[in-house]
Amino acid sequence: RRYGGSLSQKPDSNFVSFPGAVKSVFTNTLKFEMPSEYPAMPTYRVIDQHGVAIDPTFEPDLSDDEVIKLYRDMLTVSIMDIIMFDAQRQGRISFYMVSSGEEAACVGSASALTPGDVVFCQYREQGVFQQRGFSMKEFMGQLFANKNDAGMGRNMPVHYGSTRLNIHSISSPLGTQLPHAAGAAYALKIQRMQNPTADPRIAVVYFGEGAASEGDFHAALNIAATRSCPVVFVCRNNGYSISTPALEQYRGDGIASRGLGYGIDTVRVDGNDLWAVRGAMTKAREMALQDGGKPVLLECLSYRVGHHSTSDDSFAYRAKVEVEDWKRRDNPISRLRKWMEAKGTWDDGKEKEARDSIRRQILKAFNEAEREKKPPIRALFEDVYEELTPDLHAQMKQLKSHLDKYPDEYDHTAHS
Amino acid sequence: MLPTHTPRVLRTASRQSLKTAASKSQVFARSSRASPRPQSQSRSHSYSQPYRAYSSAAAPTARLNIPIDYATTPLLAHTARTALNNPELPPSITRGGGGGSSGGGLTKRMNLYQAINDAMSTALAEDESVLLFGEDVAFGGVFRCSMNLKDTYGGDRVFNTPLSEQGIMGFAIGLAAEGMRPIAEIQFADYVYPAFDQLVNEAARFRYRDGTNKRHVGGLTTRMPCGAVGHGAMYHSQSPEALFTHIPGLRVVIPRSPIQAKGLLLASIRCNDPVVFLEPKVLYRAAVEQVPVDAYELPLSKAEVLKSGADITIVSYGQPLYLCMNAIRQAEQDLKGAGKNGHFSVELIDLRTIYPWDKETVLASVRKTGRCIVVHESMVNAGVGAEVAATIQEDAETFVRLEAPVQRVAGWSTHMPLSFEKFVLPDVARIYDAIKTTMNY
Repeated sequence: RRYGGSLSQKPDSNFVSFPGAVKSVFTNTLKFEMPSEYPAMPTYRVIDQHGVAIDPTFEPDLSDDEVIKLYRDMLTVSIMDIIMFDAQRQGRISFYMVSSGEEAACVGSASALTPGDVVFCQYREQGVFQQRGFSMKEFMGQLFANKNDAGMGRNMPVHYGSTRLNIHSISSPLGTQLPHAAGAAYALKIQRMQNPTADPRIAVVYFGEGAASEGDFHAALNIAATRSCPVVFVCRNNGYSISTPALEQYRGDGIASRGLGYGIDTVRVDGNDLWAVRGAMTKAREMALQDGGKPVLLECLSYRVGHHSTSDDSFAYRAKVEVEDWKRRDNPISRLRKWMEAKGTWDDGKEKEARDSIRRQILKAFNEAEREKKPPIRALFEDVYEELTPDLHAQMKQLKSHLDKYPDEYDHTAHS
Repeated sequence: MLPTHTPRVLRTASRQSLKTAASKSQVFARSSRASPRPQSQSRSHSYSQPYRAYSSAAAPTARLNIPIDYATTPLLAHTARTALNNPELPPSITRGGGGGSSGGGLTKRMNLYQAINDAMSTALAEDESVLLFGEDVAFGGVFRCSMNLKDTYGGDRVFNTPLSEQGIMGFAIGLAAEGMRPIAEIQFADYVYPAFDQLVNEAARFRYRDGTNKRHVGGLTTRMPCGAVGHGAMYHSQSPEALFTHIPGLRVVIPRSPIQAKGLLLASIRCNDPVVFLEPKVLYRAAVEQVPVDAYELPLSKAEVLKSGADITIVSYGQPLYLCMNAIRQAEQDLKGAGKNGHFSVELIDLRTIYPWDKETVLASVRKTGRCIVVHESMVNAGVGAEVAATIQEDAETFVRLEAPVQRVAGWSTHMPLSFEKFVLPDVARIYDAIKTTMNY
């Protein structure tokens, strides 16, 4: 009996049938492959920083209104960032993370997906939530951990999640969601094999270039490739992981160069260019569904304009002028705005109206969320298991009698 | 580079040797061959020289530490009648014909790995969302637990993964989160640590952090061979169950026999919470009993009283239960008349589910006997025994009935050294001594 994976060496073959690398040709030259001898992978761009299309074949595949919707999504995220960052500084929420500089990478890539596609995020993807239809009430409910929070007030702010929108809940450990996405993609593939009438779906996972140093990155790309999973890995390479610059994170050509090593089709794009990101994701989605499914890696280059989080002062490790330069020179929002203005679909008046109405909408949701009660205290015991265990039931009773015994020591009026 | 690579090489090499040994059915034959007893010697047909045991041999003079005779132990059902005489089995299994079941009343001789194979086959057959994967599962697994499953259910549902425990676990979590019921295999419990982050931070917390979004990874079952095997040394012997019992959100299950393995594994796979299912690898081939052929479940979080008694409660799980049984037999003979009413008898409880565990059964027993010993292989510090002992003293009704301190007979606080295994593990002599000490307190 011969097994599927078995190989035979043909006599005098000029390549080796070693099972570990079946297409390797013999050479009589001892030569090490040097990363420095390979050019950096190019960065795909559609629109330059002046808003001018540099890809002559480029035709927008969206109506003017649809483009404006995406633009407003990016604006919404950036305005919410300013308001919530200040709210944290005033002590009204405990924590926040801005996405400035990465609005296009998120909104642009999410816009190329279908609602059924399953998304996993790291934490700096508010644009994905906004583009897919997360409501301002949902954002604020989570940020204030009030009773409208799907996470029942159990998670830190910015750890959003939505079953309705097929976005998995965010967790803090970095990189863990990467193999989840591979597994979810395999589930989608198997489910479609078992029910061929189901719509084709992919899984998409976002992560930063720092998270790509975790073992889970390696595990995920390798298993996704070997199991042929329809998943798109989207790396937001913004140059920093908290204080660590990318050059202390890796010595290779970014994250994109690694994709090839796993046998994964890869592209690097300008993450400040909504059209480039959208175009790349549209194609990546199509490729991920080809040949029964396969993974694709997309590296979006951008710059983390904001601090890492509200617990970080980034000027302790990078110059303010560097940040100001990035803000002025290139910005995903202003780039799309310039393109729209050149096309005649946007102007200063529309800009002002959009900013004012978005700001009003955010502040309204903010004020409502701040006044809302917190989830009931019993929620702290629920959902550890499907059912409350006898232990948890007993502990819940213990806490209740403790609260009854010391009513002046705790404020339960805040909870519903 | 060399120093950092060396342990990996060693690990691969030792793993490989165990794999090979296991697949040639020698791993467990070796330990029995090491026995000085005549019937064991006669089994060593494939070696010209008698196998030199590292640590599992008993002294020729041993009265207590004699090898477990799995062929006669009362912990295994040696006849169909005993197998079916189990009140936890549904009537369709015990009586036959009930509910239109074809195999009702029928049993088949199976060892532990065959029972696990049988449970997984049932799960794969009954629910197409069940998948089975891990390192080397496709050809049947290094312990043969997944034999023929790939051929029967297809390579899309039963498959090998790359050699990456964190990848296996993360992949399984993603599958479960999208409604599948993955059975992930970690080749040895000793190698679960790379997957620890995924189990602790992700699998265990998934439902909790998702709240009203209601997603969970309850379909996930993680199987791993655990426990000492005679010559597994540091990385093929571990029992990490206590680490998992400190993680809210996980269920931790350890079966003691083929019947238990089949029923508990099926219950674990069907359970909507993530389950860590530890399989005592020394029992894979050694423990053989009559197992009902139809599918059945045994309850999770329910301990089983294996033997009732009046004077001491012994709480254990997994393989040490066999040692407890031998120690009890000898102690009951030697301490005749030392107990209440001029008799002496020991109650033996199998926890089966280590967390969330069945406190009620244990507390009720200790209230009756007034004495308790907990036995497990893993080290004594912060082990399962610590939790059981603390719970006993914390329960006011049980505390006042205690007539002796709760004793823990467990592994020493060391790693598992190859040549010293028999001195590390709790054995019949140590359990026997604990019984005597507790009675004489």
